[in-house]
Amino acid sequence: MEQIPILKMGDCLLVTIQVDMHDRLAMTLQDDLTSRIAETRARGVVIDISSLEVVDSFIGRILANIAAMARVLDAETVVVGMRPAVAITLVELGLSLPGVRTALNVERGMDLIRRDAHPEAAGPAESSSGRSQG
Amino acid sequence: MSTTAAVGRIPEIVQRHERELLAEWIQLQISAMGFQRDRAREDELTDQSRRFLRHLAGSLQSGGASADIRTPAWAETREFLGDLSRSRATLGFSPTETAGFIFSLKQPLFARLRQELGRDPDQLAEQLWTATMILDQLGLYTTEVYLKGREEVIRRQESEMTELSTPVVELWEGVLALPVIGTLDSTRAQTVMENLLQKIVETGSSYAIIDITGVPTVDTLVAQHLLKTIAAARLMGAECIISGIRPQIAQTIVHLGVELQGVATKSTLSDAFAIALARRGLTVVSLNGGGSPRPAR
Repeated sequence: MEQIPILKMGDCLLVTIQVDMHDRLAMTLQDDLTSRIAETRARGVVIDISSLEVVDSFIGRILANIAAMARVLDAETVVVGMRPAVAITLVELGLSLPGVRTALNVERGMDLIRRDAHPEAAGPAESSSGRSQG
Repeated sequence: MSTTAAVGRIPEIVQRHERELLAEWIQLQISAMGFQRDRAREDELTDQSRRFLRHLAGSLQSGGASADIRTPAWAETREFLGDLSRSRATLGFSPTETAGFIFSLKQPLFARLRQELGRDPDQLAEQLWTATMILDQLGLYTTEVYLKGREEVIRRQESEMTELSTPVVELWEGVLALPVIGTLDSTRAQTVMENLLQKIVETGSSYAIIDITGVPTVDTLVAQHLLKTIAAARLMGAECIISGIRPQIAQTIVHLGVELQGVATKSTLSDAFAIALARRGLTVVSLNGGGSPRPAR
C-alpha cells in the first residue's frame, strides 16, 4: 500500500508529500502521523507541500485536522512551501487554515519549531524571526 | 424579396459607369469631411474608394453572385472593408464616418440606376431595392468590424493598465512592497494577488507591505480582496502589513464593520517598513551616533 514517509529529525518530524494526494492517502497520513508523534514524542511537525499542485477542500481539512491533533499531542505543525495557486484556491474555498502555522520553506519551518521549543536560545520572537540574515 | 435575390443588371451598370460613379462618390465623401479636409486624407480616400469599387464590381460579377454578402463571392470585398474599418477604428474615426464610406455610395449609384432603368419603373424599383440591401449589409458589416476594432483597443489598454499598475518591488532582502494604485476590482485584485504570491516565491520574502495610499475608496469588496490576499500570503508563510490607510478610509472601514484583526496596519509605508525590518532583526542606524532615526513603532 502507498505510504508517505515520515522522517524524524531531532525532536521534529518531517513529512514531504511528493505524490498527488488522494483522499485515502491523506487519511493514512493522518493515522501514521498521529501515531508517530505519540511514539517519538516529537515537538514539531513540518509538512512540506511544495510539490503539491492541487489541494482540494478535503486535503485542506485534513491538514487542519492534523495540526489540531498534533497540538493535542503537544506538537506544533508548520505547513511549508505552499504554491501561490494552491494558496489562492484554498482562500477562495474559504479555507484559510487558521490554526496552522506556515513558512516559506522547510528550513524556515524547522527554525520556527526550534524557536518554539527553545525560546531562550533564539531570543525574542519579534527581533529574530529565524531568517538567515543578509 | 429575400437576400438571395440575384443582382440583376446592377453589375453591368456599375462596370459601365465605374469612372463617373467613383468621381461622384469621392466628391460626396470629400464634401462630407467638412473642415477636416486635407490633401493627404483626400488622396488616401480616393485610393480606398477606387479599390473598394473594384472589389465591389468583382464581387457583383463573379459567377452566380447573389445579393447576400455572406456568400464566398463577397469574401474579398468583406476582407477589404474589414481592414478599412479596423484601421479607421484605430485612427479614431467616428462610427458615422466609417459607415458613411459605404452609405455615401448610394446616391451616385441610385442616380446611375435611374438613368439606365428610368423607362421601366418595375425593374427600377426592384434593382433599387437590391442595391439598397447590398449597401446596407456592407454598411452594417463595416460598423460591426469597427466596433470589434474599438473593443480590441479597449481590451489592450485595460490589460496594459492592469499590468502597469500592480508592480511588486523588493524594498529590502525579504521585504516586499506592493503599492496599489486605483480602484481594486475583482480582476485587478486577482492580478495583484497572483503577482504578490509569485514574487514571494521568487524572492523568498517573509514580509509584504501592501500600501493602499493610492486606493480612492475601500468598500467591503475591496476589504475582502485585501483580506484574501493576506490569507493567501499567510498560507505560503509570509506576513502582510497594510500601510497608507488614510483617515477617511479608517472611518469607512470601521463604519462598514470590516474586521482587520490579526493584520498589522500602519499609516505610512515607512512605518510599515520599520516594523518589517524590526521583525527581521534589523535596524536603521544613523552614522552620526544615536540610534534609529525613526522609532520602530
